[in-house]
Amino acid sequence: MATLTKEEAKKIIDKVLAFSKADEMSVALNGSRTGNIRYARNSVSTSGESTDLSLAITAVYGKRSGTATINEFDDKSLEKTVRRAEEIARLAPENPEYMPMLGPQTYIDTKTFAESTANIDPDFRAKAAFDSIEPCSKKNLTAAGYMEDSSGFSAIGNSKGLFAYNKSTSVDFSITVRTADGLGSGYAIRDFNDVSKLSTKQATEIAMQKALASSSAKALEPGKYTVILEPAASIDLLQNMMRSMDARNADEGRSFLSKKGGGIRLGEKLFDERVNIYSDPTNLEIPKAGFSGDGRPQEKISWIENGVVKNLTYSRFWADKKGVKATPPPSGFIMAGGTESLADLIKSTEKGILVTRFWYIRAVDPQTLLYTGLTRDGTFYIEKGQIKFPIKNFRFNESPIIMLNNLEAMGVPSRIGGSLVPPLKIRDFTFSSLSDAV
Amino acid sequence: MKRRDFIQLSGMGLGAMMGASIPVLGNMVPVEHLLEPGADIATKKRLADIALNATKSRGATYTDVRIGRYLQQFIFTRETKVQNIANAESYGVGIRVIANGTWGFAATSDVTPDGIAKCAETAVAIAKANAKIQKEPVILAPQKGVGEVTWKTPIVKNAFEIPVQEKIDLLMKVNSEAMKNGAGFVTSNLFFVNEQKYFASSDGSYIDQDVHRIWPTFTVTAVDKAAGKFKTRDAISSPMGMGYEYLDGLASEKISAPNGLIGYRNSYDMVEDAIMASKQAQQKLTAKTVPAGKYDLVLDPNHLGLTIHESVGHPTELDRVLGYEANYAGTSFATLDKWKTKSFNYGSKQVNIVADKTQPYTLGTVGFDDEGVPCKEWDLIKDGILVNYQATRDQVNILGENASHGCCYADNWNSVQFQRMPNVSLRPGKEKLSVFDMIKGVEKGIYIIGRGSYSIDQQRYNFQFGGQLFYEIKNGEIVGMLDDVAYQSNTQEFWNSCVQICDKDDYRTFGSFFDGKGQPSQVSAVSHGSATTRFNGVNVINTGRKI
Repeated sequence: MATLTKEEAKKIIDKVLAFSKADEMSVALNGSRTGNIRYARNSVSTSGESTDLSLAITAVYGKRSGTATINEFDDKSLEKTVRRAEEIARLAPENPEYMPMLGPQTYIDTKTFAESTANIDPDFRAKAAFDSIEPCSKKNLTAAGYMEDSSGFSAIGNSKGLFAYNKSTSVDFSITVRTADGLGSGYAIRDFNDVSKLSTKQATEIAMQKALASSSAKALEPGKYTVILEPAASIDLLQNMMRSMDARNADEGRSFLSKKGGGIRLGEKLFDERVNIYSDPTNLEIPKAGFSGDGRPQEKISWIENGVVKNLTYSRFWADKKGVKATPPPSGFIMAGGTESLADLIKSTEKGILVTRFWYIRAVDPQTLLYTGLTRDGTFYIEKGQIKFPIKNFRFNESPIIMLNNLEAMGVPSRIGGSLVPPLKIRDFTFSSLSDAV
Repeated sequence: MKRRDFIQLSGMGLGAMMGASIPVLGNMVPVEHLLEPGADIATKKRLADIALNATKSRGATYTDVRIGRYLQQFIFTRETKVQNIANAESYGVGIRVIANGTWGFAATSDVTPDGIAKCAETAVAIAKANAKIQKEPVILAPQKGVGEVTWKTPIVKNAFEIPVQEKIDLLMKVNSEAMKNGAGFVTSNLFFVNEQKYFASSDGSYIDQDVHRIWPTFTVTAVDKAAGKFKTRDAISSPMGMGYEYLDGLASEKISAPNGLIGYRNSYDMVEDAIMASKQAQQKLTAKTVPAGKYDLVLDPNHLGLTIHESVGHPTELDRVLGYEANYAGTSFATLDKWKTKSFNYGSKQVNIVADKTQPYTLGTVGFDDEGVPCKEWDLIKDGILVNYQATRDQVNILGENASHGCCYADNWNSVQFQRMPNVSLRPGKEKLSVFDMIKGVEKGIYIIGRGSYSIDQQRYNFQFGGQLFYEIKNGEIVGMLDDVAYQSNTQEFWNSCVQICDKDDYRTFGSFFDGKGQPSQVSAVSHGSATTRFNGVNVINTGRKI
């Protein structure tokens, strides 16, 4: 079985640790069952399922460490892999930044596992694909989609007594619907821990509507526009910004958080005062494991509060050097929003552009977090509170820092890519050229 | 479907390229393990025959079996420290069948007669299950069996035989020289890959291949804390289908370029490049910000390779054209109706773009692809006209051809093979022309070197590219360095603005080591050759911002 119970996992980890002759040893045991189904041109192209159980053993002598991995769990194999890890460690160069392993930790309990997702079978996947393909076929539209589900556990333990275990499930679904003439394209994306919250049919209906409504788009002049970014559009820019909040890069002078003349911009107000971003592993919409990969506890923490940078992420080495708490990077974040729906945001817009999603986002300048990318699969012109007509896709060059200073309004947050993000209304968003792509 | 580990990197150069992670396939093993021989050919043939017989008896009309041992050694350093050494081995078998006109695929790490027989059974069962909802039965182009053959990347020094210490010493030298010459920070990496692939098919092919690839790279960062600025410069190496000899730094493989720049053909001097990078990163701190406008661009092969990759390589993938990648990478503007006119001007008359899997030292070159097709060279764009695509055995019928182009690849034994890009290269100009002479003819232009930021839409019309180094050209001369440069264009417009291509003496390859495609995503490695090329009147934007 790919999903071991807490007790079963602990038994294996303890057995491994008992073989250790190293100064320190840590063990990571992961198991999962992952399945997928992919379709295009209204037909299934690939589908599969795999299970995996694997063990990574890290041995440490002084500041030298070595890792060996294995998928077999008999005593002989476990001991052999421990010896391998020790052998690799002895030959490894010293890592001056090595930090001694953590002792026992206290973790909060989170609900990341859903039985419904763990029970997905090939028939369920085929049905999910059918529910998406069939309505498209009937309306002479073309569906291309992908669903991936996973159920598994992750356990870590070390020779200092640390032990952590988490069981989780996830399902990711995305669908692109195109019109037969290739002039319209729509998209929807969903992710959940609990598959009973997923309706591939409903998501596909949204993509179908967008495909039909985006056909025969008109060209607008590139320039600065008020935009309403659906969560699928803003998530990547926000995620990239959150991943750039490492304290070491800031201290070293190579981050948007580095200060002119030295120092870092922790505590500075860099955004509109309505911007609040935090992470919370216990959030029921986006539950996360209570620990990070290296065993540090994950807790509720504020990153940006009323527009002010409140916390940065630290490696244990850098935190020790700076004498501060070693806050690990979060997995997923929550951007607080407002109470308005997407429809409300459109209604209150005099002139603007509704963006379904962005595509091919790449960093242009790490100093300013300037990114470029394009709109895709449903871009619409709004006038006097109504969607007037579809428009051709634009290329943008914009920084999330500037974007979050030009905040006009926020709607109700929804789950996207493991985070909670509200639809955002932003003024003066920079579109720099037109694209003919549909 | 596979278990895949990712090494998270905080270094900027690689992070920007890879979405901050590098895929490592398989189990971490001691370094000596990488030099142990895998199963011998006779054993692999015996195991493959078990699969071929098992699938045939269950009704498969076609079967291929890939027994693969995939080895990786990745080394990561920053300044004076070795951050990570990953030695990984992945060994298993992937079996693909056609039953009831439908593909089925299964894979197992249990490379025993029993494991293979069970896996074969699963592959046929999946094909039969999927056949029930199949709307387009597979039409497979014929491929005559090639019997028992072997192929090996013609390496001089097997990188896996070079002691790890020697590799660390090299990277430490790279780092210390970069720091000595003024870099504030430096990360450097070595990537080595060896694919030991055995392919057998029901056509009667038994192909044993030993494929080697190498990629040395680094990023140096210069910081001006007083001004609150930092700039980076990445290596201008290229990933290659070579052994450790690529790092010999042979003088005969260097090309002198304007402003003291050095280009590298099939031999790379990593320390020399790091020293140059360190100096140039500091120059970038005070470089003039570019006035936006139209410029003639002189693009070095180490830059142009990525533009070729994105604006020609991907749009001419037949699976994209047909819609199989619509939900992820996208489709293509280079549609079949344009190709059928035989007059679609992809570029100007100078533009001849060739696909191949045969060019020496390149990433795409192998003897046979992952469905047993012998590799070849063919034209994609001839005298500016779109003439062909990249296709696999189940696609070429759409082009009216009866032999595959040999573009099938899987990144591991447990990944199903599908259409991947061959080397796609711009042929050099026929007339003698050096980059020095090319620049002499430019009145207002920018000379761009190295791979920078890149973005292109889902049908490959609109793109934006940055670079590593930008030099302003005024009245035929380089007058200084520029900063904040990115150019935007439309693929067809851009290639039609191509006016001059340097000759073969300037030809070099660029490469992409971890090109991603598909769901679940697979990587592949591919080279793009070109000589320095001039494009007239391209739109350049200024990317400088204040936050």
